[in-house]
Amino acid sequence: MTAPLVDIRAVSHRFGQLAVLKNVSLRIEPGSYTILLGPSGSGKTTLLSILGGFVMPSEGKVFIRGEDCTAVPPARRPTTTVFQDYALFPHMSVGGNVGFGLRMQGVDGTTRAAKAREALALVGLASAFDKKPHQLSGGQRQRVALARALVIEPAVLLLDEPLGALDLKLRRQMQDELKAIQKRVGTAFIHVTHDQEEAMALADHCVVMNDGRIEDEGPPERVYARPATRFSATFMGESTILAGKVTEAGDRTSTVSTPAGPVLVRSALPVGSAVALAIRPEHLMLGGAAGTASLGMAKVSDVVFQGSFKRVLAASVEDPSLQFIAKLPATATLQSGDTVAVSCDTDQIIVLAD
Amino acid sequence: MRQLVRVVSWVYALAVYGFIFLPVVVLVLFSLQATSFPIPPFTGPSLRWYEAVLSDVRLTSALVNSLLVASISSATAVTLGFLCAWGFARFVLPGSGLLRGLITLPLTVSYLIIGMGLLVLFNWAGVPKSLLAAGIGHVVINLPLCFAIIYSQMGDHQINIERAARDLGAPEWKVLLLITVPVMAPAIFAGFFLSMTFSWDEFVISFLLTRFDTTLPVEIWNLLRSGLNPKTNAVGSLVFAVSIVLVVLFELTLLRRRKA
Repeated sequence: MTAPLVDIRAVSHRFGQLAVLKNVSLRIEPGSYTILLGPSGSGKTTLLSILGGFVMPSEGKVFIRGEDCTAVPPARRPTTTVFQDYALFPHMSVGGNVGFGLRMQGVDGTTRAAKAREALALVGLASAFDKKPHQLSGGQRQRVALARALVIEPAVLLLDEPLGALDLKLRRQMQDELKAIQKRVGTAFIHVTHDQEEAMALADHCVVMNDGRIEDEGPPERVYARPATRFSATFMGESTILAGKVTEAGDRTSTVSTPAGPVLVRSALPVGSAVALAIRPEHLMLGGAAGTASLGMAKVSDVVFQGSFKRVLAASVEDPSLQFIAKLPATATLQSGDTVAVSCDTDQIIVLAD
Repeated sequence: MRQLVRVVSWVYALAVYGFIFLPVVVLVLFSLQATSFPIPPFTGPSLRWYEAVLSDVRLTSALVNSLLVASISSATAVTLGFLCAWGFARFVLPGSGLLRGLITLPLTVSYLIIGMGLLVLFNWAGVPKSLLAAGIGHVVINLPLCFAIIYSQMGDHQINIERAARDLGAPEWKVLLLITVPVMAPAIFAGFFLSMTFSWDEFVISFLLTRFDTTLPVEIWNLLRSGLNPKTNAVGSLVFAVSIVLVVLFELTLLRRRKA
């Protein structure tokens, strides 16, 4: 068994009285693109700062390439960080910025310039070598920050909400480029974001964090299709959540009583236990064709046209506090005020232990 | 009526500017006097009194002393002020607010009190009256100023820049020298030139703390004791010219920073 590139063991951290990380353990494989996804205050940025060496954890250890790095200062770690505000040196040229890390390693000027040009070419900014950071646009500064961090060939590149300051279109474009650059250099990237679309698009390994804990981790497809907890079912994409109790258990199926009526699920659960069922919006069927699991009737409260689809909100007739969130084809003729039958396929129901 | 208001406001403006600038104009004008008394009628222009000043060894050596004291004490004040500001801005210190208040306190204390205090202290410590003693006095009055200027410009946005440098392998002294100082350069220069201006025409502390070698303001005071003559006007004009240069340099560094 090979050791993981980064091994975070039982790390906890407190700022004064406030516990921001609670016993977090995480392994990161070489060459992977890991996304730490979570809302603000979930501890994802603190975890990144601990990896970068800017924060010493209150408890636990961090191993990088098998070495205990818990107390090693940033300068002597095999990590570099791309800061959210880019943190370029405003008094140096772009070339000076990118070459700074090599300069600190004592690399001579000619080699430094050559390597800096190479790194700038990698991020598509070869012509900016002599410019000053203030002459560049936000997206270009972002690339310079990336080149500056990559040029010293770190074992792990840490990115703190790198796309947060860019507008939506640029963000999607940079997202594709980040992935392409990561594939080309093969360095492990650890990227913090609160944008779930960014997470799904970029991650090989997606880590969903909430309230100082890891809620779920794995390939984004798995995390989306089979979220482990109620939080990841609602944070990584939307879900309709049905709270219920198991009333009957079969061999490989159970019946759960929910506000929308009894629902059959394909897993064996102990009778009497409380569970939550999650259904993704694209799996809910309203009116028309019926799925194998009926979820009662619902009154449509809102239909929002979003180009390629319609997003529909509907309140259950049986229990008006239950909100269905559905994604229907753009051609759907449903209107606000209609009362329709709700259903889905039994296979698409995600069982969350409550 | 309108016309009258206009006339009155013009007269008022002229009176205010006249009040402020007339003494200086008179000083400079009569420094160009050709005869021996700086009183009307004006007999110049002539540069004979400037020649007299520049050939007066006592005055020229005092001028050199003043420049030395101003530049060395300002450099010291700005260095110490920068380090203080950096320390307060980047580290959590116990009683930080109180300590910052104590550093800036000398700004509110009169130069006379500071001068007398230093005189007593130096007497007790056996430090003789000298340019060094006056220079130390100037550091005392200018350090709070440099600290306040530089500290006010040390924003949080530079923290990440310093972090980035550390992250890329820079030891702490290189972070300071290669990153923080250049980024803070406008504030540092502003502090330096303002200190120069204050040190250049500071009288009380220099008067109390120097004896044989002394600074230009003290030497001018010596000169004035034997009565007015155009030579005092000439040397006063020189002092004024240097002050203007320093203030302009200060304004320029400040303006450049605002634009950036």
